[in-house]
Amino acid sequence: MENTVGYIPFLLLGILLYTSVLTFPSVRSNGFRSRFSPLVPIVSFFYFLFGFDGSVQTTTVWDHSLLPISITFQIDGLSRLFALLITGIGSLIFIYANGYMKGAKYVQRLQCFLLLFMLAMLGVVLSDDLILLFIFWELTSISSFFLIGFKNEDEASRQSALQAITITGMGGLIMLGGFIILGEIAGTYSISSMSSPEIISQITSHGWFVPMLILILVGAFTKSAQFPFHFWLPGAMKAPTPVSAYLHSATMVKAGVYLLARFSPVLGDTPVWNIALISFGGVTMVYAAFQSLFRTDMKSILAYTTVSALGIMVFLLGLQSSDAIAAVSLFILVHALYKASFFMLAGTIDHETGTRDISQLGGLGKVMMPLFAIGILAAWSNGGIPPSVGFLGKDLIYESTLHHPAWAYVFTGLSVGTNIMLFAAGLLVGWLPFRGTRSHPSVTLPHWSLWVPALLLALLGMIFGLFPSIINNGLINPVADAIAGTEQNIHLKLWHGFNTVFYLSLITMGVGFLLYNLIRPGAKLLSFIESAEHWGPKRILHALANEFVGVSSWITMTLQNGKLRIYLLVILGFLVSLLGYVVLSDTNFVIDKEQLTNITIYEGITVGILFISVFLTLFSGSRLAAVAAMGVVGYTLCIIFVFYSAPDLAMTQFTIDTLTVILFVLVLYRLPRFIRLDFSARHILDGIVAISVGALMTVISLEVLQRTPEREISDFYALNAYVMAKGKNVVNVILVDFRGADTMIEIVVLTIAAIGVYSLLKLRLRKNEKME
Amino acid sequence: MNTIILKTASKYLLPLLLLFSIFVLLRGHYLPGGGFVGGLIAAIAFVLHAFANGLENTQQLMRIHPGFLMPVGLLISAISGMAPMLLNKPFMTGLWKSDPVPVIGSLGSALFFDIGVYLVVIGATLTILFTISETR
Repeated sequence: MENTVGYIPFLLLGILLYTSVLTFPSVRSNGFRSRFSPLVPIVSFFYFLFGFDGSVQTTTVWDHSLLPISITFQIDGLSRLFALLITGIGSLIFIYANGYMKGAKYVQRLQCFLLLFMLAMLGVVLSDDLILLFIFWELTSISSFFLIGFKNEDEASRQSALQAITITGMGGLIMLGGFIILGEIAGTYSISSMSSPEIISQITSHGWFVPMLILILVGAFTKSAQFPFHFWLPGAMKAPTPVSAYLHSATMVKAGVYLLARFSPVLGDTPVWNIALISFGGVTMVYAAFQSLFRTDMKSILAYTTVSALGIMVFLLGLQSSDAIAAVSLFILVHALYKASFFMLAGTIDHETGTRDISQLGGLGKVMMPLFAIGILAAWSNGGIPPSVGFLGKDLIYESTLHHPAWAYVFTGLSVGTNIMLFAAGLLVGWLPFRGTRSHPSVTLPHWSLWVPALLLALLGMIFGLFPSIINNGLINPVADAIAGTEQNIHLKLWHGFNTVFYLSLITMGVGFLLYNLIRPGAKLLSFIESAEHWGPKRILHALANEFVGVSSWITMTLQNGKLRIYLLVILGFLVSLLGYVVLSDTNFVIDKEQLTNITIYEGITVGILFISVFLTLFSGSRLAAVAAMGVVGYTLCIIFVFYSAPDLAMTQFTIDTLTVILFVLVLYRLPRFIRLDFSARHILDGIVAISVGALMTVISLEVLQRTPEREISDFYALNAYVMAKGKNVVNVILVDFRGADTMIEIVVLTIAAIGVYSLLKLRLRKNEKME
Repeated sequence: MNTIILKTASKYLLPLLLLFSIFVLLRGHYLPGGGFVGGLIAAIAFVLHAFANGLENTQQLMRIHPGFLMPVGLLISAISGMAPMLLNKPFMTGLWKSDPVPVIGSLGSALFFDIGVYLVVIGATLTILFTISETR
């Protein structure tokens, strides 16, 4: 296959561009532009579907020559499966969201955040560099914060969004620590180059291996909502349903699983890895499945089953046998398919009836036949009933637990138990609301966009189950290769004959069905089970979070209390104490008189003017005069630049000074009359700080002259400006060519500053938005 | 400010200064100058006009809000930086047209990058200044 990987940076950039187009307020009637948004994920989906076949391809956009950081994208089987899920399910979610949010305000804003989130997720699964991966990882946390808190007028919604970003953000930060240790002991930040046997043994035998692994695992566990960090995920159900469907079926929460799978060849199969993943995954899958049984809110049930499914994946990655890897490769796909359809189903029912409470819903099957079909198909796959693809997935899970050398009985028991509970929970969502007497007589079948996407996904679950060869070689096997790090040989088959696994499946279905008939969640059971959550880890983390907020607001109020004077004092004080320490400990304060040139008359006059204007700035009685005098200080500096042949600098300084004076005048114009107050301690403190900054700068400038400077860099620029960049003005060549990337970033900063000023000054808060 | 001299002068100074700023922008590759200084000069030209004729008149003259120059400039710079990637060269590699163009001189991607800088500087400076002077 030809090399299509080179287009990935352009694809990501294209998505970003489209996202920024969406941020402009729409001129036409509401949502004209938003109708085209599904095209973005659809195009991306086909790119990933036909552009790649699961072989490993890499492209480097930018490589820093000194730091071990690069912008490198790599796609292999694992990345491709995730990219397909992100864009494929994304396409359907976008169509669904357009139907779901029809007529609502801010459709465009929702799509903006969704696209940004999709971009971040694609970045996570395609990055080959640890730092790049981390950046995208944090971007998923940030964009999901906006998505979860989308109903920003609802306090509970904001609370959940904060909770989610606190947990995942904290985890991400801890993970960064792990990444840096990993990069340092591996000697490379490129994930693909870590998989050579020498580097793996170098990593695993290193003394820092265990701390590093723990840090990375914390990052993955918080993102993938593993016990005891799981509670942010059910909380995140406050988001609009299309968001939940997207974030919790295929993307956000799977990022942690992706990370574990990605590092499995490097860090996997070590005692700490296996114990941590098996125990945390095991506890999570059983605990969350149990919790899901007693919920009455459909989305809440789905949230806990999602946590449980993530537990299963983590658990399987901990087993590390080739059966387990095959199981997790397939289960990622299976879960994404049925969970996304479940979520969309719950959203549509909520949208049409106004409630998601299963104890109040009933008999919807008669009027919403297609929705009923979705419910049945998704519950089918979720329950692992043949011939769905869920059956294949569950088969492989049992296969891998049964073949565990030491703990086969325990692990099999746990996973059968989990699957029984998940089976029952699936029926509660996919079956119960459609049976019995009709609760909402006036409800009819909604617009196609509210059910066709979910039906498609649910049908795919059945098709893949009946014809597993469609996904076997092209999709699943390359995933297993990537997770194992070696060639795997998977043969997905629907029928394995009457063996232990098949009997276990029968037990799961039978007991699951019994359990479903026994259990009818209601308010009483719910309050009982919620008290368990209340006293759990949520409480401890809440207390910690409160402390954290307290300390950080104290620091903020002390160092950044909104007074310009304090800001300057803090910044300059830091500068003086840090720089001063370094400079003073290593300076001998000798001025080499030989090097000094004679002072010319022009220089003497200029410096004279400089002194006078500094004096005027300090002691003048009017602000305007002080500002004008300060402008003169700037101009005399320009003249000195001219004397010492730095015309570029002089020109820029000259214009900057002019603008600064104008700016000052504009601001000062509004201030009350200038009154000179008594000479106070504050003035003395300001004077001390000002003098020490000035003294420090003087010492540094003199010291620079004393040291024999490293001329290599400036020589390089001077020599190569014309040869390599065809320019004679070295300064400008450095700006636009040699260090062009720096300039690029600088103009971005400039733009941000301008937008900041604009939005601060134009900000008009409504009364209820103002802080007391 | 209500002086007839400044008013009349600014009418002629605005186009002259703008022309000068473009001149400074173009000569930057060989002689002192460049996008940053050029942008600042252009910004000063507009500020001068605003001082003499009032902010509303200048804004009317400009037609668009100066803030829109920022994304346009960023886009031009970004594209000129990315263009080499289409030819499988690293980000920001200078591309040059082999024959010089009359008036402008030799044409390269660095020029477009500098034009982007020029626009961003005008946009950012004027946005800040106009916003501050508008706020009452």
